Amino acid sequence: MLSFIARRLLIAIPTIILVSIFVFTLQKLLPGDPILVLAGEERDPVVIAALREKYRLNDPLPLQYIAWAWQALHGNLGISLRTNAPVLDLIAEKLPVTLQLAAMAMTFALLIGIPAGVMAAVRKGTAWDYAATGIALWGLSIPNFFLGIMLIFLVSVQFNWLPASGYVSLTESVSQNLRTMIMPAFVLGNALAASMMRHTRSAMLGVLRQDYIRTARAKGLLEPRVILRHALRNALVPVVTVGTLLFGELLAGAVLTEQIFTIPGFGKLIVDAVFNRDYAVVQGVVLCTAIGYIGLNLLADVLYVVLNPRLRTG
Amino acid sequence: MSSTGHSFRPSAALLRGVAAAVLLAGFAAPAAAQSLRIGLAEDPDVLDPHQARTFVGRIVFTALCDKLIDVTPELKFVPRLATSWEWGADGKSLTFKLRDGVKFHDGEPFNAEAVKYNIERAKTLPESRRKSEITSVASVDVVDPLTVRLNLSVADVTVLAQLSDRSGMMVSPKAAAAAGANYGAKPVCSGPYKFAERVQNDRIVLERFADHWNKAAYSFDKITYLPIPDSTVRLANLRSGDLDIIERVEPTDVKIVKGDANLKSAAAVGLGFQSLNINVANGDRSKNPLGQDKRIRQAFELSLDRDAINQVVFEGQFAPGNQPFPPANPYNSKEIPIPARNVDKAKALIKEAGVATPIQVEVTMSNAPRSQAIMQVIQSMAQETGFAIKLKATEFATMLNEGTKGDFQANQYGWSGRPDPDGNIHAFVTCKGGLNDWKYCNPEVDKILDEARTLADPAARKAKYTAATQILLQDLPNIYLYHESWIWGMKKKIDGFVAHPDGMIRLENVKG
Repeated sequence: MLSFIARRLLIAIPTIILVSIFVFTLQKLLPGDPILVLAGEERDPVVIAALREKYRLNDPLPLQYIAWAWQALHGNLGISLRTNAPVLDLIAEKLPVTLQLAAMAMTFALLIGIPAGVMAAVRKGTAWDYAATGIALWGLSIPNFFLGIMLIFLVSVQFNWLPASGYVSLTESVSQNLRTMIMPAFVLGNALAASMMRHTRSAMLGVLRQDYIRTARAKGLLEPRVILRHALRNALVPVVTVGTLLFGELLAGAVLTEQIFTIPGFGKLIVDAVFNRDYAVVQGVVLCTAIGYIGLNLLADVLYVVLNPRLRTG
Repeated sequence: MSSTGHSFRPSAALLRGVAAAVLLAGFAAPAAAQSLRIGLAEDPDVLDPHQARTFVGRIVFTALCDKLIDVTPELKFVPRLATSWEWGADGKSLTFKLRDGVKFHDGEPFNAEAVKYNIERAKTLPESRRKSEITSVASVDVVDPLTVRLNLSVADVTVLAQLSDRSGMMVSPKAAAAAGANYGAKPVCSGPYKFAERVQNDRIVLERFADHWNKAAYSFDKITYLPIPDSTVRLANLRSGDLDIIERVEPTDVKIVKGDANLKSAAAVGLGFQSLNINVANGDRSKNPLGQDKRIRQAFELSLDRDAINQVVFEGQFAPGNQPFPPANPYNSKEIPIPARNVDKAKALIKEAGVATPIQVEVTMSNAPRSQAIMQVIQSMAQETGFAIKLKATEFATMLNEGTKGDFQANQYGWSGRPDPDGNIHAFVTCKGGLNDWKYCNPEVDKILDEARTLADPAARKAKYTAATQILLQDLPNIYLYHESWIWGMKKKIDGFVAHPDGMIRLENVKG
């Protein structure tokens, strides 16, 4: 097992290097000059020259990359062109926010998606099934930004139950934190719950057709026990893998949700950085995200192997 | 003034704890009630007045960093850290008397040495964005601790206006020397509020500065600025009570604010302009009828009904205009009225120029909904006179880059505006102007605008700007369209707020 993980980690290194080179070059291909944006409305040529010098933008591209990579290896991801804040600090500040949002959204997705999927499968073809499928379809088709704005109007403006947007950190106040995070987490988890429900439903349907379920019923087990102990456990295997991979998708969805609810997380950081051509921040954030994805994929691979040891040599 | 909206049943132990906390905190308890939450349309950039470049950054500085002089809504200069000022006989020196007893947030004294340090920092810090603003200041003399003289290389009356903005904001020399270019991480100025905390993209918190020279005029203990880029969400936060004041309410949302019993709005036409800029001489893309023949540009202008644009897109909330200076600006010339739409005259001009219609024009604009909406209206208006406009929406950084390279036929964007008229015109239309992306060059215009910089008498200056504007409206490198209004929304109980054409939120005498 250890050698399997070590092998996977070794493969990850060139992947990360390739991703960072790719992002570095791609950014430079973006139209628009960061220094023009940074120089301010007046665009003073003296300022522009000084800034180009400071951020080494006059160097050839490979040199710029090597300088960046060398610093990154030493734990220095550079400073934000826009606010002068160290990129590593920004990431350390924003990542926990997005992780919390993603974790809460995942919880919503699991709490809604799995029971709904089980119910739809067990009562296949009944009104329950159609209702659950209908709601799932709704969840998949309603765009995040629309649902977000509608919820803000309903929950915050009309009823004044929750703050419309903003963020309070967990260390500051747990209750305030939950009040600000619950709506965005619901919005983000909504679409995920829908696909979770679809996956659970089809996995359950597959399992319920198996012989051992018939055997379980034949030996007189109560139906809830058949469903929860025998069927669901096996149906969950593919659902867990899908869930791990969807977690990556969650981070992508967080970009939009954070914009709507003004949550100072990773998504907002990267969107603002791209629009401001804040190269160092984009580069740092993408590097972190790539490492995160690779970590999740590794986790999924390990889970597969744990569940099915025959894959170990594959 | 944010309410958390919790309802809970306090236990006796909790009450005892709260009582103890209140006793311990002394006056800190009412402070929480005295906080003001302001919603901004963007996250400010670096909080160093010498490095900063964003409009929202200036809103924060208004509370954080006092400047030498301020400007009134009528664009008159008034004392702030300087109590009076005087021009030298040749117009090449400017002497300030400074306010006595002023302290920076770190306790350092504000004096003539501090002014000298600040001006020199603005001129020499490699990252400074202020260099072009005070380029005519050659040296600074400390006359006595409360008198400072700026020596100018040429007569330049525009310096005063620059010192009423970021170039005139005073940072603590001690803090700035210690932090260097990283000063913005923890700014130390002398304004009514001092820096407490910043979480990028989330909030900037300022706290009352107990030693401010005018502290009685400021009633809040804590100011929190929250960047909320989406205007709908910003307004929703105001309506739900989570914010007290928001800036840049969309013109189309004004009726919502007015219809809400708990809210009110305030508005002021800004200092800037929005224009359609035509590439007349910047590279190959200027080689087309619109770029080469001023009659075609005049025909284009005659296609426009500016009032209709304002009504259709902005519900009449903005001010139509045909000059770089907004209607209420003292330098706006009443002798040059906005021309009425005249399709027949426009067609006649095109015929006279001998250009075949439809005339193909590509207009680059920002991908913001507002620019797209006005350009679509203009597109349909100009179609009637014989222009086939192709719209190219791009994101702002790209548009800027294409502009400087001359890779555009015409583009639409605006200028946030300056209190001094020079700031709205010189850099855009003089031959070597730094913002003249269309490369318009008319030596006569250059001469008039250079002279206007040296005149201290407002009437004489106005005559120059009117003369220059008259030439520009014939040549038409820029077709001015309208002047945006700053629109604020706030809780009804906010009292004493003055809508200012510079769009700043001044907290002096604001209560609520």
